[in-house]
Amino acid sequence: MTVTVEWYIALSVILFTIGAVGVLVRRNAIIIFMCIEMMLNSANLLFVAFARQLGDIDGQVLVFFVIVVAAAEVAVGLALIVTIFRTKRSINIDEINLMKG
Amino acid sequence: MGTPLVFIILAIVAIVAAIMMVTSHNAVHSALWLVLNFSTIAVFYIVLNAPFIAMVQITVYAGAIMVLFLFVIMLLGAEQLRGPGGATGGERIQRFVAGVLGLLLLAAIGLMLFTTEGTGTAVASLPTLDSSPQALGFALFENYVFPFEVTGILLIAAIIGVAVFSLRKTKKRGEQA
Repeated sequence: MTVTVEWYIALSVILFTIGAVGVLVRRNAIIIFMCIEMMLNSANLLFVAFARQLGDIDGQVLVFFVIVVAAAEVAVGLALIVTIFRTKRSINIDEINLMKG
Repeated sequence: MGTPLVFIILAIVAIVAAIMMVTSHNAVHSALWLVLNFSTIAVFYIVLNAPFIAMVQITVYAGAIMVLFLFVIMLLGAEQLRGPGGATGGERIQRFVAGVLGLLLLAAIGLMLFTTEGTGTAVASLPTLDSSPQALGFALFENYVFPFEVTGILLIAAIIGVAVFSLRKTKKRGEQA
């Protein structure tokens, strides 16, 4: 039983599903953010696996860009969460349901 | 050789870390489980002959992004917030539906994986691609110069956005005083 690329597809899908269910289930905004990061990471794993499978370096270049975009998104998203917390005093997403304030 | 064993051990560590991250009641514990998950993915990158990306993953993801998460968690005192326990009726239905949808997704992908013909070749036996930083740099700066510049603009926009977010509050205090 050798490790083919389907094993990596399966692992990436399992991690993605755990992240997606985490986004749906959890109420804390920061944990939701971390589950989104895990989904991005599972896609990165798939990119690198297929770069290895197809012998093409472009998959790793794309992983580079995904990591850069994820870093920028985390910075802005966490700044947003901190700003919301300053006024609402809570980061439970059930309580962030007003468009004003 | 021993590659299925290495893969299975790493995969179990990654999946257990992911599940513990999602179900932990303490936000700091979740962040630390996610750091373990990222480090395991970095080891996967090394197994897949991508050492530069593995180091970038550890430096940027596990090193910078997770530290940022931990800073914000400590700043907001989020480790005291309510975890997934103590759900109301509506939340229980949501959780059940989310679980069903997750299982559906897994079943769909599993069906696709088990019914189509596999590639059959072990990943480790394929010819290794040249993934040194020089090769990555050549690919980046010959074929992907435009996305590279766009990500530079994206980073500047993110930095300016974060600075504006943190500036507004103190400016208001100055005007009210």
